[in-house]
Amino acid sequence: MKRFLSLTAIVLVLMVAVIGCQQAPKVLKVAVLAPLSGPVPTFGVSTRDGALLAINEWNAKGGVLNMKITPVVEDSQCTPDPAVNAANKVINQDKVHYIVGEVCSKASIPISEIANAAKVIQISPTSTNTAVTVDKSGATKAYIFRACFIDPFQGKVGATFAFNNLKAKNAFIMFDQSNDYVKGLAEAFEATFTQLGGKIVGKESYDGAKDTDFSAILTKVKGAKPDIVYLPDYYNVVNLATKQAKAKGITAPFMGGDGWDSSDLDTKASDGGYYTNHYSPDDQRAEVQNFLKAYGAAYKDDKNNPKVPDALAALAYDATNLLLTAIKNAGADNTDKVKAAMEGISFDAVSGKITYDAQHNPVKGAVILKVTGGKVTFNSFVAP
Amino acid sequence: MPEKSDLPAAMSGISRRRRPPLAWVGNGFLIIVAVLAAYVLVSNLAKNPIEFLQNVLDGLKLGCVYALIALGYTMVYGIVKLINFAHGDVFMVGAFTSFYAVSQFNLHQWPQMLFPAIPAGISLVVGSFTVILLSMVVCTLLAITIERVAYKPLRDAPRIAALITAIGVSFFLEFFGALQFVFSPRFIPYKSPFDTTAWYIQGGIHPIVSGQSSPDNTISFSNIFLIILVASVLVQLFLQFLVRRTKIGVAMRAASFDKPTARLMGINVDRVISFTFAIGAAFAGLGGVLYAIAYASIWTQLGILPGLKAFVAAVLGGIGSLPGAFVGALIMGQAESLTMSYISTPMRDAVAFTILIIVLLVKPTGIFGEPAGEKA
Amino acid sequence: MELGYLFTTILKMALLVAWIYGLLWGLNKKEIWKKALTILLAFGVIQGAFLLQFGDYAVFSAFDQGLLYQAVTMAMVAMGLNLIYGFNGQFSLAQWGFYGIGAYCAADITYRWTNGDASGLFVLGIGVVLAALALIGVGRLLRLKRGIPVLSAFTFYLVAIIIVGFVAVFVGKELAAAVDPGFGGRGAPGALASPAAVQIVFFLSVLIAGAFAAEVSFLFGLPVLTLGSDYFGIATLGFAIVVQTMMVNSDTILPFPEMKGGRGMIGIPKLTSWIAAFAFLLMVVVIVRNFIRSSTGRATMSVREDEIAAKAMGINVAGSKLMAFVLGSFVAGIGGGVYAHYIGFLSPSTFSFLAGFNPLIIVVFGGLGSMTGSIAASFVWIFFLEGFLRVLLAQMGTDAPTWRFVLYPITLLLLMLIRPQGLMGSVEWGFLRADRIIRRLKGNDAAQKGQA
Repeated sequence: MKRFLSLTAIVLVLMVAVIGCQQAPKVLKVAVLAPLSGPVPTFGVSTRDGALLAINEWNAKGGVLNMKITPVVEDSQCTPDPAVNAANKVINQDKVHYIVGEVCSKASIPISEIANAAKVIQISPTSTNTAVTVDKSGATKAYIFRACFIDPFQGKVGATFAFNNLKAKNAFIMFDQSNDYVKGLAEAFEATFTQLGGKIVGKESYDGAKDTDFSAILTKVKGAKPDIVYLPDYYNVVNLATKQAKAKGITAPFMGGDGWDSSDLDTKASDGGYYTNHYSPDDQRAEVQNFLKAYGAAYKDDKNNPKVPDALAALAYDATNLLLTAIKNAGADNTDKVKAAMEGISFDAVSGKITYDAQHNPVKGAVILKVTGGKVTFNSFVAP
Repeated sequence: MPEKSDLPAAMSGISRRRRPPLAWVGNGFLIIVAVLAAYVLVSNLAKNPIEFLQNVLDGLKLGCVYALIALGYTMVYGIVKLINFAHGDVFMVGAFTSFYAVSQFNLHQWPQMLFPAIPAGISLVVGSFTVILLSMVVCTLLAITIERVAYKPLRDAPRIAALITAIGVSFFLEFFGALQFVFSPRFIPYKSPFDTTAWYIQGGIHPIVSGQSSPDNTISFSNIFLIILVASVLVQLFLQFLVRRTKIGVAMRAASFDKPTARLMGINVDRVISFTFAIGAAFAGLGGVLYAIAYASIWTQLGILPGLKAFVAAVLGGIGSLPGAFVGALIMGQAESLTMSYISTPMRDAVAFTILIIVLLVKPTGIFGEPAGEKA
Repeated sequence: MELGYLFTTILKMALLVAWIYGLLWGLNKKEIWKKALTILLAFGVIQGAFLLQFGDYAVFSAFDQGLLYQAVTMAMVAMGLNLIYGFNGQFSLAQWGFYGIGAYCAADITYRWTNGDASGLFVLGIGVVLAALALIGVGRLLRLKRGIPVLSAFTFYLVAIIIVGFVAVFVGKELAAAVDPGFGGRGAPGALASPAAVQIVFFLSVLIAGAFAAEVSFLFGLPVLTLGSDYFGIATLGFAIVVQTMMVNSDTILPFPEMKGGRGMIGIPKLTSWIAAFAFLLMVVVIVRNFIRSSTGRATMSVREDEIAAKAMGINVAGSKLMAFVLGSFVAGIGGGVYAHYIGFLSPSTFSFLAGFNPLIIVVFGGLGSMTGSIAASFVWIFFLEGFLRVLLAQMGTDAPTWRFVLYPITLLLLMLIRPQGLMGSVEWGFLRADRIIRRLKGNDAAQKGQA
């Protein structure tokens, strides 16, 4: 027991010494919470890369408010428990005042409660669930923002486009029952489409984390003979489903949301498909082209070619830029001021000009992209 | 909570001769469930037989994929009584090996590259076989390494320690593979050594041209479906032959029956176990390649669910039994496909597992399982 | 350099293990006042650490507190599983499902209550009590005829539970409507909405959640426990997956719109405080320990050693299996209830079958058949994986966090290779230590345990 006590004492002394020696240099810490492991590591890596790119660019320009920006990257696994731990850790141990993340709503929601209580600004690049920025009584969480559309907007844009421009009258909806993003888009699409006078000829759910074989659903699609199939999932599911649909001889075009946006989208299988997105790489705006160039220079794929950013990288980049611009506008490392600056921001992001509404959702336009001939091309722009 | 609960007749050996009372209640319950399921299926068969047949075919494809993995599970389990959770990840490595062989080295075209005179068709067949062989070899080596490093030292430890190690190996392969410089965490579109084509049947067999619709109410199938079907049957026959007719097969059966005695009979049990792991992994590699060609999207966690389903299939068929694994896999495939089509898509897994539990209740060691003589 | 955090994380791990040792040691004292003093001290030490703060440096920050709550819930789940697997030899993967059932069940009660709806408490409360009575009643009736096949018994129980369920829903709704005015209107909360009432409901909800999980496990376990070990394992895995599917579809297939299906249930009041978590942990420790030391508990262990010999000794094999399974699930349900009110947000992905291996890993880590091991391993596991690795890797660059789940399995492998019997083997500390006879009995099987 004595030995144990003396050991403890030594460790304690060491610890105090180490802590005491710490000097706080002028740095601004920004936490990046991303699912680097767990079910969707690929989304986490894209998000982290996009956010770090923005931070590095700001640092190259001399930081913000004369402070160097230090990123604190944490793995939040797209799962509530680790996300809560990661958020608690960056807030309490690293004393971070700004969080960029998480990707998944189910991780962002518990983080937002912690961040809001601790008056830490959180800006989620891609969590589309309305509950991220709004609490259960309907009040806006003061310190929480997002950089993406919420579900209803994208689904609405998609449905309107399908009905008015593609003249689709019958739609079939396929959605992932366990993914709130996909489910939200599907519900919004259904509501708008039926409101416009279209008919939903079938609605089938699958489990995106588990299913790779969509034959049974596609057989139903074939039987229902829709004009369009709405599949607002991520590109990995889209690749699987569209390829199997082609093998089943289904010709109705597929349509989806920003989850489709990836250099890994199988353009051959999804040929003829449409999707709503935040921006088009064809867009000649300087923000877009500079971003594409910078991203390609910073990250290479396995063949050492410049990597093409996906929607997650673009939104993480935007979210980080929004945050840092707001800090600059606020003029101080003070979350109350930054929060006010965020609310009044008008920022030209890669995904369009962003302003915030009362619920801290960005007001921005959407573009509709078409997959043709192995390429993704710009089709039309939809104002907010 | 009753403290001295009334207990199943099977447990109290005295009443074995007499017919247990009230047995009709439980049987009636099962019969009602079975009749309901049969009603759903038959009514749908009557409604649209072609669509029904199509769903059966789709289920068959799924089942054959499970079968390829399940065989490895069941062999390893039969001998070392270990649920080798890393098996699904070996399967994943097989898929990735073939992906790199094809996309980076164009291995599927080697005959044509070396001998330009060879007809394209033969070159493709030989090349594809080379890719598959390479994947099988890589998987075999990987499995032997895993066995040596992780399982062998634990052979005399409690069985659960090896199980936890297996889970650890599985995590390791998934997340080490997900590192940027290994396989990367992305969902990668798979570059297939040959194109998949689909056909439909309507008074003959017609190919489906991509982007064109096929007539309604026809049955469609693809070349990869045929390959998977043939491969799983061949593998099944080969393993049957191996286990029943060869010397090593006899050794395997002996080792699975009683290891110490097998050792006394001069069988090198360690080598037999390594061999079992190797052969299971080789066919997992084959399965991985075929799976990747069929579904054309790979990532590092692709093995988890097929692996799990395959294991469930192996259990359903009676774990340790080769034909059991095959039949179990086919049942799992049909259960999933038909449930998805005619009962409820979201409840698919729930229904599949309910079937499993019911089958186990009726036949506690699976369909082909041997009655539990030893305490498993 | 933030090396200080690394030191403190390791130190905290060591101190927590010492804390567990102290708690169990103190509880083992004969005198009541010494036990009470130990409980007070054990509670006070941690509560004090929560409050202690040196300037900017909190000794037990919200980060550590979060880990602590997770460790406590994990300890409960692990102890339940150890009871089922370590002490009774039934390889169960359903534990995570019961944990989830408990979490959703308790969350639903308090969620409804804080939204001015007492139906959750009444329906489930009455349901749980009536179901227990019904199960006992049917059990008595069935015992009149010997040797009823298990499936028939199951059918009887099922029918009874369904009838009781309908009655509970009806009566509960009526009662809830009757007490509705007690909540008061907007701006003027009535007596039922007061914080004290909410706390009471929270405690009740956790207990009800445990009982509910236990009753579900009784129904499920009755037929399934007749299966052999690995068959049983897969059936229970199936159960966990079915439970998760139900959670994902809780707003469509099941009639619970407030659970919001795959989107996750938000707005659960965060009521878990240290005193609640500690009280429930203590309760679980006492229940489990008393069970193990009872004659039923010894029967349970004998079933693990050798079913046939146990039967020959006149032990009700199936009964003791069921007993351990139900008690283990009860404990898991309690853990779930505590967890739901700590995190305040439930998502079905938390209860996926892959995460369900965690309690199993912890139980084996700690040592099968060592309750002390399960508790200690829960703390060490969480503080290592979520605390230490996180703190360490975050300082090694922006690429390093991806390595967390590469290092974790390597650690797992090494530990299993070095100590396949787990950290504690079958050693118990203080309060949990069994009588000498049982200790000898346990020593015997060290070689073949789990082998079977």
